[in-house]
Amino acid sequence: MEFEIVIGLEIHAQMKTKSKIFCNCTTEFGRPPNSNTCPVCLAMPGVLPVLNKQVVEFGIRLGLATNSQITRTNQFARKNYFYPDLPKGYQISQFDLPICEHGHVDIEVDGTSSRIGLTRIHMEEDAGKLVHDDSAPKSYVDLNRAGTPLLEIVSEPDIRSPEQAVAYLRKLHAIVTYLNICDGNMQEGSFRCDANISLRPMGQEELGTRTELKNMNSFRNVQRGLEYEVRRQRDILLDGGAVVQQTLLWDPDKNQTNAMRGKEEAHDYRYFPDPDLVPVVIDDEWIARVEESLPELPEQRCQRFQDKIGLSADAATILTSERALADYFEGAMAVYPNAKKLANWIMTEVMREMKGKEGMSIATFPVSPKDLGGLLAIMDKGTISGKIAKTVFEEMIASGKDSETIVKEKNLVQVSDEGEILQMVQEIIAANPDQVGQFKEGKTKLMGFFVGQLMKASKGKANPKMANQLFGKELKK
Amino acid sequence: MKLSQLTIHEASDLLTKGDISSVELTTDVFSRIDQIEDQVKAYITQNREPALQQAEAADQARRDGEVAPLCGIPLAIKDVICTKGLTTTAGSRILENFTPPYDATVMEKLQAQGAVCLGKVSMDEFAMGSGNENCAFGTPKNPWSLDHICGGSSGGSAAAVAADECLASLGSDTGGSIRQPASHCGVVGIKPTYGRVSRFGLLAFASSLDQIGPLSKDVTDAALLLNGICGHDPRDSTSAAQKSEDYLAALQDGLSGLTVGIPQEYFGPGLNSEVETAVRHGIDLLVEAGATIKEVSLPHTEYGVAAYYIIAPAEASSNLARYDGVRYGHRNSDADSLIDLYRRSRSEGFGDEVKRRILIGTYALSSGYYDAYYKKASQVRTLIVNDYTEAFSQCDVLASPVSPIPAWKIGEKASDPLSVYLSDLLTIPANLAGIPGMSVPCGFSSTGLPIGLQLQAGHFQEATLIKTAYNLEQRLEITNKKPALG
Repeated sequence: MEFEIVIGLEIHAQMKTKSKIFCNCTTEFGRPPNSNTCPVCLAMPGVLPVLNKQVVEFGIRLGLATNSQITRTNQFARKNYFYPDLPKGYQISQFDLPICEHGHVDIEVDGTSSRIGLTRIHMEEDAGKLVHDDSAPKSYVDLNRAGTPLLEIVSEPDIRSPEQAVAYLRKLHAIVTYLNICDGNMQEGSFRCDANISLRPMGQEELGTRTELKNMNSFRNVQRGLEYEVRRQRDILLDGGAVVQQTLLWDPDKNQTNAMRGKEEAHDYRYFPDPDLVPVVIDDEWIARVEESLPELPEQRCQRFQDKIGLSADAATILTSERALADYFEGAMAVYPNAKKLANWIMTEVMREMKGKEGMSIATFPVSPKDLGGLLAIMDKGTISGKIAKTVFEEMIASGKDSETIVKEKNLVQVSDEGEILQMVQEIIAANPDQVGQFKEGKTKLMGFFVGQLMKASKGKANPKMANQLFGKELKK
Repeated sequence: MKLSQLTIHEASDLLTKGDISSVELTTDVFSRIDQIEDQVKAYITQNREPALQQAEAADQARRDGEVAPLCGIPLAIKDVICTKGLTTTAGSRILENFTPPYDATVMEKLQAQGAVCLGKVSMDEFAMGSGNENCAFGTPKNPWSLDHICGGSSGGSAAAVAADECLASLGSDTGGSIRQPASHCGVVGIKPTYGRVSRFGLLAFASSLDQIGPLSKDVTDAALLLNGICGHDPRDSTSAAQKSEDYLAALQDGLSGLTVGIPQEYFGPGLNSEVETAVRHGIDLLVEAGATIKEVSLPHTEYGVAAYYIIAPAEASSNLARYDGVRYGHRNSDADSLIDLYRRSRSEGFGDEVKRRILIGTYALSSGYYDAYYKKASQVRTLIVNDYTEAFSQCDVLASPVSPIPAWKIGEKASDPLSVYLSDLLTIPANLAGIPGMSVPCGFSSTGLPIGLQLQAGHFQEATLIKTAYNLEQRLEITNKKPALG
């Protein structure tokens, strides 16, 4: 039997505001436990929340970038449940009047584009964290994160494959980072997603029983987690079994999903409008002001890279997939204007270096865009060969020095002196009479051997083009 | 006359003239407390040493030219208002040892003016009650008759004023908790417009209804104290941006041009005849002062109690969730799991009435019941607002009883919470609509229990209330009568 996959994603994007959503505490990551707290985010008796308007502004930005309708009268609601990381015993969120509704984004997988609907985007506060000491056994509460602003982005169940889910997630990731409202760090949890996933026989209208998948903290884990869950559900259904509605955690080490431990209680959150916060009214003027200040979005930048810079669609798509990467590209271009060659270098050499390295991203890449541009420029000038350039590049990554310094220090300047190379050419011809004989009998492939010998002798510094020419000339003699 | 018997304005005049010092005044109030507190039991926590230091500082400030009328005035504070460094219990075991590291905005304001904080006065636990019988630390007594309730939930605030254990006090009013005890204790009490006074630092009972206000010995003092605490607060999103006005300016003699509405529903069955007589007499005095009387109708009054007992417990069930034993307050030490910790800490920490309301509120918000209860109650609330809008198109101020009955005997209604709920029917609508209400003494029952007259006006019309109350007070022949205590 053929099944159709139905996936909906809930993304939580932590907002890059300086202070928390309802108090003045900093949102800075990595501070000692409970140091970013005050009576308000600790939920001491009698304190009151005051909305950080920046969060509303960020919500409008995201709404405009995702073709959403902006709700004019926003209401905050209380989501009530008990947990030690939730100091008030309720989370301030939005319920029936979220800031954005009815949005969509377009994604592309294998050349096919699809439109994914956004049900809603709402503002809410994050909870704190529990730190468990199993040896004690004790649990500690860290409320540094409590009250950090979040935008929750809920998609329609429009996603039909794990690949589409990742493409959608990447798209939203690009949008929030382009908008500069979220740092997009999935490791630290500032951009995280849960997936609802179900299968139904192809052609069936009614949705199958879904499971909720959590703890997928990278694009790769989202892909693998969803693939696993599709297989798991398919196997159950093919065996004539029934999928159990439950929350599952993705275990990236064991490559499997596990039911969340502890009893899964059906929560009744008892939502009601938060009487401590007055409705936030967003008028046309506010929306217009935000719209005017919107930065270039990934789709627009991708188009510009093709139209104005002349990159291929593929290259433009790759380079604009992350704001930091596109910024890197444009930063290098200021020094080295050959866009295509630069794009190729970034997509091959730079991306190869980053691949599979823990914690390495373009933002932390040790070679600055300016230094990369400088390297390509001296390669074009003929100061170093392409081969040497790769060596220099590796050295730049290791040492953080710029290309010219390395070339000078290591004496890697390309030898382009005709007399010097000619001398080496003649020496190699003299030392290899057999090969010379074979070459003259028509085994022209041996040219590679001669040039190789010369590169070895010159420690890679000889200008290979010149060497080729000189061998050609000398061997005809 | 003893200094403790002074009103704020009398004391302020003497302080200004240098005839008395705040230290003398404060010391005298503490001797009064020493003399009668055993009988009245108005205080939960006394603030003796710091109060005297504040009094000294106020005397110095006065010598340095400070002219704020509240400078050096000893006040009692309801124990639901956060006081930095001074235990704040909300009358609950769960906060028995809680000391806030911050002041409520009203406390900051009072301190800035040099007021002296005598201590924290009794209240129904988390302001839930009408007789102050739900306090974990004992029930204060009505100074006019010690076996009677002093009203609630700001019972300690009213009793302390009536017994001269302070010059004036702050209370909070969610469904009548300032006006009703003021009425039962023969003092003046104002529940300001919702948003007029900052709620920051007021332990929340029902956030959309709570409001801090003054209880005082006369109308002038109520105006003075309201002046001292009102105004916009950026820390309270629901606080009104409205500019403060000087309520002393409302203390004018004569009510010509003023139309006083008499809401017929407030004089229905169940109204004690002595209460009615006293209130009608008060209304006659308003006419004497030049007011015109007009019968008006507030047709949805009878639904107020029902709507209130959905909305207030619903909000309370959420507001009280933070008392979970995790960060502060009572925590059971034998719990063997998280759920057990919550269950035991809250079971031990909260009293019956609080538990009852948490249960009611949780139920009312539950999925499947929300529309039938909370949403319906919110709709009733709108109807009540509309009632007032209609009434205030015909009159400037409404005059009525505060409570349909005088104070009852302590323990008399212990097994009948519903009849206690129903006794709030005349004060609850003002909270649901967010309008200001006031209680001003207008007479006594045959057994000597005070009876108050309630005034209500449109949003931010506190000046109208004060002016009307002042004229009643001027014409009432009982103003200086004091309870026979000590």
